[in-house]
Amino acid sequence: MPHAEPWLERAPLLLRDAVNALLPAPARWWVDSFLDIAVLLGVFGLLFAFLTLAERKVLGRIQNRPGPNRAGWGGVLQPFADGIKMLTKEDIVPRLADPILHFAAPVALVAFSLMSFAVIPYGRHLLALDMDSGVLYFFAAGASSELAVFMAGWSGRNKYSLLAAMRALAQLISYELPLLLSFVPVVMISGSLSPSAIVTAQGGWHLGFIPRWNVLTPWGFAGFAIFMVASLAESNRSPFDLPEAESELIAGHLTEYSGFKYALFFMAEYFGMCALGGMAVTLFLGGWQAPCAFLGFIPSYAWFGAKLLALLLGFIWIRATLPRLRIDQLTRFAWKFLVPLALVNLVTVGFWHLSASWSRGFDPLRWAIAIALVVIPFVAMGRRLSAGLGPRTYRFAAQ
Amino acid sequence: MLGTGLIKGLMVTAKNLAGSFHDPERLVTTEYPEQRTVLPQNYRNFPFLVTENAEDPMGTLRCVACQICEKECPPQCIYIEKSKDKKADAAGKMQIYPAVFDIDISVCMSCQICVEVCPFDAIKMDQVFEIATADRFTGLLLDRGQLSKPNSYFHQIHPTDAAEVDGRLAAERKAAAEKAKAAAAAAAAKAAASTASAPSPVKAPPPVSAPPPATAVPAIPPPVSPPPPPSPPPQP
Amino acid sequence: MNAVLAAIALLILASAGIALTLRNIVRSVILLVVTWFGIAAFYLWAGAEFVAFAQVLVYGGAVSMVVLFAVLLVRHGKAGVAETPAPSGRIVSALLAGGAIAGALAGAVALTPLAPAAGPAPFAPVRHIGVLLLNTHAASLLAAGAILTVALLGGVVLAAGGGPEKEDGP
Repeated sequence: MPHAEPWLERAPLLLRDAVNALLPAPARWWVDSFLDIAVLLGVFGLLFAFLTLAERKVLGRIQNRPGPNRAGWGGVLQPFADGIKMLTKEDIVPRLADPILHFAAPVALVAFSLMSFAVIPYGRHLLALDMDSGVLYFFAAGASSELAVFMAGWSGRNKYSLLAAMRALAQLISYELPLLLSFVPVVMISGSLSPSAIVTAQGGWHLGFIPRWNVLTPWGFAGFAIFMVASLAESNRSPFDLPEAESELIAGHLTEYSGFKYALFFMAEYFGMCALGGMAVTLFLGGWQAPCAFLGFIPSYAWFGAKLLALLLGFIWIRATLPRLRIDQLTRFAWKFLVPLALVNLVTVGFWHLSASWSRGFDPLRWAIAIALVVIPFVAMGRRLSAGLGPRTYRFAAQ
Repeated sequence: MLGTGLIKGLMVTAKNLAGSFHDPERLVTTEYPEQRTVLPQNYRNFPFLVTENAEDPMGTLRCVACQICEKECPPQCIYIEKSKDKKADAAGKMQIYPAVFDIDISVCMSCQICVEVCPFDAIKMDQVFEIATADRFTGLLLDRGQLSKPNSYFHQIHPTDAAEVDGRLAAERKAAAEKAKAAAAAAAAKAAASTASAPSPVKAPPPVSAPPPATAVPAIPPPVSPPPPPSPPPQP
Repeated sequence: MNAVLAAIALLILASAGIALTLRNIVRSVILLVVTWFGIAAFYLWAGAEFVAFAQVLVYGGAVSMVVLFAVLLVRHGKAGVAETPAPSGRIVSALLAGGAIAGALAGAVALTPLAPAAGPAPFAPVRHIGVLLLNTHAASLLAAGAILTVALLGGVVLAAGGGPEKEDGP
């Protein structure tokens, strides 16, 4: 019922139609596509810029200092000052480097991370590419970025960056598995690989006010947690930021990069973070659906943006809190904890799917079994993982 | 259970995030150009020359161009040329004064040795730290006009030291004046009593200033003397 | 549409051809990955979205990493990664082997009677593929999974069960 929709909901469509109306008919298809791309680039480029500022501000506040506040009003122009600084820096290419791959690595990384924005539904009518297997496309684009990491490490002809690239690849491959396994339950429940269909499947409310988001089910919560941990690792965020651990490695596979190419890697990192956050919102947090029925007057893209910003703030919060893992802890955590939990979660969602036809009276039993299927393996495996690591005693420090 | 520690840590950081907004006491940084911390009295950076009178800085420099500091300076950043004539110092005594007194503060290492060796309390450590210039060769080479600062400024930045120095100088001057008076009286008495021997000139500073040259002089030859003969190459 | 197909074919063949001629094995691997991406583009052109993305995910993401790890971790006789030119005997045998395979493939393609497509190609949504895989062909999927798992376990056993590694210099 498009006629009943509020004006704000349709505003982007109206804007696009207005632009289209100015153009001759044969150009419209192209302009449509280019408009999508331009809007995505503009919105996420600005989001990237202000995300760096927000990150520095929030980190500063958490560490009890004001953060950057010089450029512009309270520091809002800081990202642009950084951009100018990065653009004017010298771009050093090592003499023995492979010049083509050295150039191609950051470009490929940014390109792949931008590609993943195409399939995320940002609003009821805001979806650049409605693909039947959009989720698969998203993760295929994410997996391709591993190649760019390898190219960056290898092309500098520096054994340290090559070693660091191999470490980064080991991390990316290890966490690819829980990332992929954690969204399988969503696909199983909604019966589709299309992001828009997954969001639609999460519409509606239990009892009129509890949203039917996937995260509010036992398997959905477990899947969301695994997905978030794995996406922290996939986007090289703290506490999994060992690929470019600036304090102990010299930026890892980015050692031989300088100037704007170096900035491109960070751009790709933030784009990856935004894309994975957007996918988490789509898969688990109900996408653009409003949390309550009476809040439906707020346009859907605002809900999506709010949820995405909340997740990004969570990323920053975690970065401010947790220290970095060691590489062995990192891989052990992936293979011995996240992957088994994700596999158990498949069993949980299978049970949830099969028990959907139980009568209403059995609902508490259904929930209890599903919660037990999530909690018991978590506690048991967590005990095994942290066995022998007990509470640390400080012999020489003041208690 | 696994994860409780993480949640505890997240709570701590969240508390800090919220606290930093409503409790300015938490903020540990100062916003430097606008907001300045009070420097501790013992903070020192580069030397300056003390003058007695702010109106006539060149005329009332305490420095008598004895060049002890120049010779003692480890990085050799002080350059002094003595004057040919003499001028009256603050106590009214005729003294040589520095015609040129340069300190290259790009070389100075703030060791304070010049201050410690100065027998006249004429050079003291400053607290100015905003010395950045665009020209590192001439901008950081300070001449005596830039170096001289009044005693009142010294009182302002190092009150304890300055009070102690002023007290000592006053006592010395008083003692010198008394001694001179006594010597004059004795000479007058002697002259009056009989045809006396030649009166000794007043020597207030020498007892203080005599030892430093004695120690400083041997310090000069090493740089001037030829390098020691090369030692035989070490046998493996 | 045919121009797009020609471009894709050119990309696949060119990257594969250059990969064969390069002396630097790492560059060859990266061009091989480009070839795989080209094949994915071909699937996309043919309308097989699911297969295309699976191709990128599996070949571009996973298999390429396996190949790269293998290339970099296998000991080299010489210090560098660039190989010396092969003797002519090896070139001849490589041409013979490659020619034989190419001939066999070309013969198979030429001899297969290709029925002209009747009407538009059927659209296969992912849901149908999933149903087919998990209902009709579930047994073969499970068998493939079991074989891959056994291969993985075998790889782990081979890699881990070597005892203390002997230091044999190059």
